Amino acid sequence: MNLSFWLNGKLCNDEVEPGMMLLELLRTKGCYSVKCGCETSNCGLCTVLMDDRPVLSCSVPALRAEGKKIVTMEGMQKEAEEFGSFLADEGAEQCGFCNPGFIMNIFAMERELTDPTEEEIQEYLAGNLCRCSGFVGQTRSIRKYLAYKESQKKEGIRE
Amino acid sequence: MLKIKNYVKVKSIAEAYELNQKKSACVLGGMIWLKMGNRNVSTAIDLSGLGLDTVQEREDEFHIGCMTSLRDLETNAALNEFTQGAVRESLRHIVGVQFRNCATVGGSIFGRYGFSDVLTMLLALDTWVELHHAGRIPLAEFAQMKKDRDILEAVIVKKTPQQSVYLSQRNTETDFPVLTCAVSLCGGRARTVIGARPGRAKIVEDPDGILNGLTEMPETERTGAVQKFAEYAAEHTTFGSNMRASEEYRKLLAEVLVRRAWETLGGMKR
Amino acid sequence: MNYVSRPVRKKDAMALVTGKPVYTNDLAPKDCLIVKLLRSPYANAWVEEIRTDNASRVEGIAAVFTYKDVPQNRFTLAGQTYPELSPYDRLIMDPHLRYVGDTVAIVAGETEDAVDKALKRIKVKYRVEEPVLDMHKAKDGPILVHPEDNWEAKVPVGADNRRNLCASAVEESGDVDKILSECAYTVDQTYHTKANQQTMMETFRTYCYMDYFGRLNVVSSTQIPFHVRRILGTALDIPSSKVRVIKPRIGGGFGAKQTSISEIYPAFVTWKTGRPSKILFSRYESQISGSPRHEMEIRVRAGADENGIVRALDVYTLSNGGAYGEHGPTTVGLSGHKAIALYRHTEAYRFAYDVVYTNVQSAGAYRGYGATQGIYAVESAVNELAHKMGMDPVKIRELNMPVQGGPLPAYDGVCKTAASCTMDQCMERAKEMMNWDEKYPCRDMGNGKVRGVGVAMAMQGSSIAGIDVGGASVKLNEDGSYTLGLGCADMGTGCDTILAQMAADCLETPLDNIVVFGVDTDISPYDSGSYASATTYATGTAVVNACRELREKICSLGALMLESDPANVDFDGEYVYAGENKVSLRDIAVRGTCGNTQELQVTQTYSSPISPPPFMVGMAEVEIDKETGSAKVVDYVAVVDCGTPINPNLVRVQAEGGIAQGIGMALYEDIQYSKKGVIRNNSFMQYKIPTRLDIGDICVEIKGSYEPSGPFGAKSVGELVIDTPCPAITEAIYNATGVRVRELPATAEKIAMGMLKNRLEK
Repeated sequence: MNLSFWLNGKLCNDEVEPGMMLLELLRTKGCYSVKCGCETSNCGLCTVLMDDRPVLSCSVPALRAEGKKIVTMEGMQKEAEEFGSFLADEGAEQCGFCNPGFIMNIFAMERELTDPTEEEIQEYLAGNLCRCSGFVGQTRSIRKYLAYKESQKKEGIRE
Repeated sequence: MLKIKNYVKVKSIAEAYELNQKKSACVLGGMIWLKMGNRNVSTAIDLSGLGLDTVQEREDEFHIGCMTSLRDLETNAALNEFTQGAVRESLRHIVGVQFRNCATVGGSIFGRYGFSDVLTMLLALDTWVELHHAGRIPLAEFAQMKKDRDILEAVIVKKTPQQSVYLSQRNTETDFPVLTCAVSLCGGRARTVIGARPGRAKIVEDPDGILNGLTEMPETERTGAVQKFAEYAAEHTTFGSNMRASEEYRKLLAEVLVRRAWETLGGMKR
Repeated sequence: MNYVSRPVRKKDAMALVTGKPVYTNDLAPKDCLIVKLLRSPYANAWVEEIRTDNASRVEGIAAVFTYKDVPQNRFTLAGQTYPELSPYDRLIMDPHLRYVGDTVAIVAGETEDAVDKALKRIKVKYRVEEPVLDMHKAKDGPILVHPEDNWEAKVPVGADNRRNLCASAVEESGDVDKILSECAYTVDQTYHTKANQQTMMETFRTYCYMDYFGRLNVVSSTQIPFHVRRILGTALDIPSSKVRVIKPRIGGGFGAKQTSISEIYPAFVTWKTGRPSKILFSRYESQISGSPRHEMEIRVRAGADENGIVRALDVYTLSNGGAYGEHGPTTVGLSGHKAIALYRHTEAYRFAYDVVYTNVQSAGAYRGYGATQGIYAVESAVNELAHKMGMDPVKIRELNMPVQGGPLPAYDGVCKTAASCTMDQCMERAKEMMNWDEKYPCRDMGNGKVRGVGVAMAMQGSSIAGIDVGGASVKLNEDGSYTLGLGCADMGTGCDTILAQMAADCLETPLDNIVVFGVDTDISPYDSGSYASATTYATGTAVVNACRELREKICSLGALMLESDPANVDFDGEYVYAGENKVSLRDIAVRGTCGNTQELQVTQTYSSPISPPPFMVGMAEVEIDKETGSAKVVDYVAVVDCGTPINPNLVRVQAEGGIAQGIGMALYEDIQYSKKGVIRNNSFMQYKIPTRLDIGDICVEIKGSYEPSGPFGAKSVGELVIDTPCPAITEAIYNATGVRVRELPATAEKIAMGMLKNRLEK
């Protein structure tokens, strides 16, 4: 069946099988940052943005992307580098396999929550599992990143 | 694995209803539960193009489209104000934000799952379901029905004045619940719902009127009534065992959660 | 020194955080055949008849294999140095199916759809037999898991397939019974730990292809590339010279990938069909057919005198190996050795064990490797002993803990004393961080919650003494950069980076001037792999030695260029000096490529005769709901002695990650079986690992000692850090509620029911 959607800012037209999930389609289209970690919608590794909202691409039928804007980490390389530097400075990226889904959800959180408390951050990201870091290093990096973004914003206002 | 032969994004509910009369057809909700199954679906019916994905506040009710995501329900300001945050509390433990952006209210309610937080919560409110064929029926009635080929269009929460409290016990913060409990004073009537027993959520009646006039009782009497009802509820509900907990523990929990919920609602506890 | 002890970024960090395609499935060729397995629905059954013709006829199916097609050499999938201590009890496929999930058939096809269809069309007639699922009934029981005649234990470890024994032994020193009888205080308790899954985010996966030399190339997510090379040679009955193993970036291992779980299947398919193929284990398959932690039941008898000196320890471990013996004989050893050695005054000890075969999922290696289980048991017993004596559990440890220069009873017979140890400082600092004296034993929070604190010590090893081999090759490139070739497997831990930090300091060069390469068994120096907490210590020493030798070679060529005697030159990383004259590294490097006869490349191999233990203290503060029994770790403090921390950031994250895994093991991770031996926790929906909402504050500090035998004074850290949560958390629960949980996990239900029982007994 024909599917037309926006992938990382580009309009795509694809012929897809009726049962195909978005995750599979994205990987065949070269978005290898999108990982699969389970079959039960529990790990968050496959998180992408669909019309700015974080979704599990393993659970979205590809055909539901019709007309929607899908963004993967391939489309947010600069932002990924920016946040990723904070994560890397904690050594909390570790094996890296959960990073893309986790970082995409941070971007979604930034969009949805203003000035989130630590509790709100933890709750927003609860669906992103990580087995290496024990999470605390990730939290440190988020705190530092948000403070940095805040200071950038303030500088922007001053200028 | 789930195999889908045809995928139809329907133009109307009527079309969906017609397609769904075949046993091998299937209405897609959030796909979370469905995709884990091992089934061959001849026609997958997608309702996502029908604009049924919003919560609309009307004069006397909330109209929740079947394709409304659990996340939208969770963050709906009006509904949460109406339920004093109980709706949010019933949803925020479900896996994660991305999961709740995918899972739909229709899928959760139509499935009538034993573990369902949503079903437990909505049973405590004056909730109705709107079915394409059978029309509007109370959720409590729908919850007892066998699954059929009808289409669930919307869930309606009547604005019957109420207060409600939601509590759940989980082994980890985002796991399925070990037990769920929602209580409400809905139109002046006390209602208690216990779910994840692990069977489907059930309304526990108060035939002896233990909780009658709860809010007007003096403090000590209120405490006694709540305790008495909590014991009654635990005693008069059937529980079972599964890998998350035993029947015995669920019974113990039920008494604690029912008591705490009523204590909170009765203003004895924050 | 510029880089060692500094928290530098991992060299691969930016590729990982930007989602670059660096993992096995990102790299697999598009035309790979998809390989899937038909798995046994029964815990103990025989394939009486199997028909694959209908399956083979499905369009797009390239091959269907059954037990009839595979070589008959038994082997083990354990990633261990040859001859392995794990018994040779496997075939690629066997008509005898020994657990639910055992392989019945291999199907390879063009598409996943075709393979799924073919799997359904294989017709199997099973002869179902009674399984042995209870580990207590396995030894000398009527049901044999491995009745076959060609079962073989390569090394005498007390194994006997006719008795369902994978290993069995008794180690004794002194007269335990006599000393125990003299002790003023004794405890005799049994502790039970369950199987746990490593649940690395990247499941088991491998792809294979044939190259132009007719060799089998295997790209796999593994911790043990060189062992995989050997295992595949044996399993496929081909010379290992025909096998090349490559490890790309891997998405976590924690020991799971110290067993060759997925490699044999695509390897067999590609070898037979000549076509590239890949297998991706689903999470479901990883849960039911992986290599989880050994379930262990450990009886501890401990005795102390009236002053609190622990004089005797008697430990008996019953370990459940499951259907196959991978890591069975070795993990069990640590359950005694690493636990008893925590008590330096022990005059007599006995450590006995049986590792049994049963018809459940085969166990394997999981971070901690038996020490986690043993330390939970012994530390719990010592906590119980302290309560019997009315002594603070911190105090009893202060009296008995390992000290620098002090003995390590039962440790391994080689490392008799602790050359480096700051356990006393770790304890002191942990006490401060936890505010122990104020919080012990518990505080009622006044809102229906009570908070208790608990303590535990731990130790592990640093490589397997006299066995593990670390390898490093360093070469100077034409442009003055260095390439560090490694055979150990970075699985996200950052060993590629920390080994480069060491090399940079040895060679006095910027970290960016070092290219790290690994792992390709054709090119990398031999290394036994990343396990047994070996990499920093053993491979690190190989790196230091290789760099030292390369410096000599650089000096030697520099001296030649300066027309000086090599003995009279100096090298500062940039220039070689001979008195007033100097020549740059760059010029030496160029000279190395022109008319040169001295190789500027060194390979060094290192194996340590000892395995110096790292030490640690962990303290937990747990909040318990007095009615529901819900337990939450609100605070965890840990102080670690890993020798010199080469990269403090990575040490800290190792500790935080290990503690989080330990919290999961302590409170909810549990593999449960149905009565027929089917795993119920077969997904992330049913097997719950901690999320970020389940972990309280974890605070880690390092009190490094200096290990004289280690590179830059380093010891290990990776495994140690999972050992304290189970005993510390269960102790905190006891201090808060009076409920002693001796069977993990300590669920809310166990705590609530325990409190209820205590109330009724009062």
